[in-house]
Amino acid sequence: MVPVLLILIPLITGLALFAIPKEATAKALALFASLLSLAVMLAALSIWKDADHLVYNQPWLGALNSRFHFELDGMSQLLCLLTTFSFPLIIYSTWDNSYKDGNRFMGLLMLSQAGLLGVFMAYDALLFYFFWELALIPLYFLCSRWGGEKRIAVTFKFFIFTFLGSLLMLIGIIMLYNKAGGSFAWTDFIRLKFSFKEEAIMFSLLFVAFAVKMPLFPLHTWQPDTYEQAPTPVTMVLSAIMAKMGVFGLLRWLLPVMPTISFQWGDNFATLGVISMLYASFIAMKQDDLKRLVAYSSIAHIGLMVVAIFAPSTGGIQGVMIQMFNHGVNILGMWIVVNAIEQKLGTRKISELGGLAQKAPALTILLVIVALANIAMPLTNAFIGEFMMFNGVLGSTATKFGVAYAAAGGLTIILSAVYTLRMIQRVFYGDTNAVTQQASDVKLNVQVALAIIVVAILAVGIYPKPLLALTSDVTNQIMTRIFIK
Amino acid sequence: MNAIIFSAILGVVLMFSGIFFTNKATVRNIANVGMLLLLVANLFEQNGHHLFHINTNNLLHFTKFGLVFNSIAIGCTLVYMLLSGRDIEKVGVNVAEYFSLIFFVLCGVAIVSSFNSLLMLFLGIEIISIPLYILTGSDKRNLKSNEAALKYFLMGSFSTGIMLMGITLIYGAKASFSLEGMNPAVHHERDLWFTSGLLLLLISMSFKVSAVPFHFWTPDVYDGAPTVFTSFMATIVKAGAFIGFVRLFSNVFTESDYNWKLVLAIIIAATLFIGNITAVFQQSVKRMLAYSSIAQAGFMLFALYSANGLSQDGIILYTLGYSLATIGIFAVLIKMKDYTFEGFNGLARSQPLLAATTTVSLLSLAGIPLTIGFFAKYFMLASAIRSGGSLWLVVFAVLCAVISVYYYFRVIQAMYFKEGNPEIEPVTPAFRWILVAVAATVVILGVFPNLILQFLYF
Repeated sequence: MVPVLLILIPLITGLALFAIPKEATAKALALFASLLSLAVMLAALSIWKDADHLVYNQPWLGALNSRFHFELDGMSQLLCLLTTFSFPLIIYSTWDNSYKDGNRFMGLLMLSQAGLLGVFMAYDALLFYFFWELALIPLYFLCSRWGGEKRIAVTFKFFIFTFLGSLLMLIGIIMLYNKAGGSFAWTDFIRLKFSFKEEAIMFSLLFVAFAVKMPLFPLHTWQPDTYEQAPTPVTMVLSAIMAKMGVFGLLRWLLPVMPTISFQWGDNFATLGVISMLYASFIAMKQDDLKRLVAYSSIAHIGLMVVAIFAPSTGGIQGVMIQMFNHGVNILGMWIVVNAIEQKLGTRKISELGGLAQKAPALTILLVIVALANIAMPLTNAFIGEFMMFNGVLGSTATKFGVAYAAAGGLTIILSAVYTLRMIQRVFYGDTNAVTQQASDVKLNVQVALAIIVVAILAVGIYPKPLLALTSDVTNQIMTRIFIK
Repeated sequence: MNAIIFSAILGVVLMFSGIFFTNKATVRNIANVGMLLLLVANLFEQNGHHLFHINTNNLLHFTKFGLVFNSIAIGCTLVYMLLSGRDIEKVGVNVAEYFSLIFFVLCGVAIVSSFNSLLMLFLGIEIISIPLYILTGSDKRNLKSNEAALKYFLMGSFSTGIMLMGITLIYGAKASFSLEGMNPAVHHERDLWFTSGLLLLLISMSFKVSAVPFHFWTPDVYDGAPTVFTSFMATIVKAGAFIGFVRLFSNVFTESDYNWKLVLAIIIAATLFIGNITAVFQQSVKRMLAYSSIAQAGFMLFALYSANGLSQDGIILYTLGYSLATIGIFAVLIKMKDYTFEGFNGLARSQPLLAATTTVSLLSLAGIPLTIGFFAKYFMLASAIRSGGSLWLVVFAVLCAVISVYYYFRVIQAMYFKEGNPEIEPVTPAFRWILVAVAATVVILGVFPNLILQFLYF
């Protein structure tokens, strides 16, 4: 029941919003629906914990033997929680952003929420593919219609990259389907035995799709442009949630299904992760646009997750899951700040800003906490995740290069501290200038949204046990499959 | 049999209706009712109610596959006439004849979907082609239309000649016109005449479905013909020819026939590549659709390549999805004054409904999930993979599908994201509703393709 509710609430709201021309009403309805989704998700975490509520399995396409099979295991719960937690914040914190045809904007946003939730819950590969695309297409329209100046070309590049990835994934899924004797079920996939060549082909096909989405070097080139050109609420969805689709895909559909290649080729992918981290960190240091800075920092963080996945260990994998949630929360906080600055001052250029702390003290305090989380300070949520990942990579028996990876990862943490702190220094401290002279503190809604994020950051940072408990079963499951195979 | 006889009779009725009714709208209404009648008659037969019992001497063989396809072809023609009927009136003065020719084409399609003898295939193809030559040139005062008709006629006759030659050679080798006689189990001696005959048939059928390298007539003819008939030619007629192609070769090509598979794979790859690449460079949406129809033919050819149960289902879905979506786009295109991509700029602002339905159709043609086009492409790729076909070809097809996104989305970008003031002829509420119904069908079948596939199994 929960999976159906989680998908239907945003889906129906999204479609209904097209018929509600008034922007304020549309926003209110979207906010209400997203809060309702959150309520359902919280209920699933506390009251409706039994399989009756968390599993939905009905026939869909008889001829293809595909089923409407959704399940909320620990990892799904964590990511659905991230999605349902983020959407109300995204809508609420950007309440004052006004859009032409705002109702359509909100409608498409809601549709993409339905797609994202479907991706995280699907246990049927065809269903997974369906929702994967459902999440993508609204975003194409959102970016192309409401984005910045170069939006059409940039979004098109984004769409082509992801669509190519998706289609290659589809071929991989069809091959798996044939191999599984005509079944799309995840439970059938994980029982398959492959020859090395078969596994290599299918693995590569699926991997490209996930790598594009994360994004992983060298398939990342669409990302900074798209993040920059997309309207900020959409950038929030893209980076806080959608980037996790790729990581999730690796953990759900690649590692348990095709562990041999993950092992044999793991070092290559971990190296790509390392390149991603270092490369993106160095570029981030040179950025003058706040959006691009956050975009590159996101590539760096995702890179570390890739390293931890391909140098697998129980702690590392669990760290990745927690970090998916944490990274979503933290980057959402960063975007809220960027959006607030852009809305207030009309610029995102670091060189044009300065001294904001004098004018907007509340914003500054909240941002600094979010930024500290972004660079994984102890007592913040990201510390837990990154610590577990580093620990896992160092202790991984699957790779000989654990130390090297960890050293490179440590370097990126330092680099991330450099660019994040420098950004804070240049934007918030120092003297005010002509642009920031007129600034005042941000509105209450932004403060509330940021405060909620800060609470989440500290709560997970100080007491991560509930989240760890949520993911331990899935982690063990994945690790057992890897070692049994 | 119902469809063949009814369409022939209705064609004659329509031809004479022009004498008795001078009002164009009356003729159109008769045609619409006739088409509905034809559909009902075919559905009757599909459910086992044969209105005629004629001994066809095994020249025709009615299968579920053929009958379901007939229903799709007739249903799509009905949608086409409801959407574009008024535009058929505007082409010239001989309205009744245009409708009559459409019925004759359908008669040919019904024969091609059920032939069991090469003679009937030839007859069916000719019954389809000759009315089309006339329809292409129906805009008599337009030089481009005349040129297109002549080109089409010359090239068409040429390919017919090749087909006849092929049939002759096969008859010489097998002493039979029957499809059953072409079963691979029978021709193990690999007769040279037989193989040459088949090759000639392959060439002529490739010509009819505009597969590369026999596609050169397509863009010019599609461009020159009155747009309303281009819509018909590019969809129902093309699908009909494809069904004939599939019926013919699904008996001959087996999964182990490596040499044939290689030839087909090259044709498929070339068709996909040339169709998609040239479509990218078009400035007119009409010509883009002409090239895209070549590209789509490349995907449909997978039905021949893999020749298994999945591809049979797939080609049915594909023809339906492709026809519906293309009819939808052409219906909108006909209403536009300017056929270039720029002509579509800002259509979403002035005509949101038309833009939305066009978008759904374009997404379907691009094969995006939640539309029937996705399942059409899915079945084609899945059938190729299941038959153990080459992975490179499947990956290549996917790359080409990504290229196709470029030109399909150019129209979407023009409609939604660019400013402009497109000139558009007035449209009736009925037109809008039918367009919405078409888009809704594309989406509903995109989520539940079973609705159409179950017809094949009961």
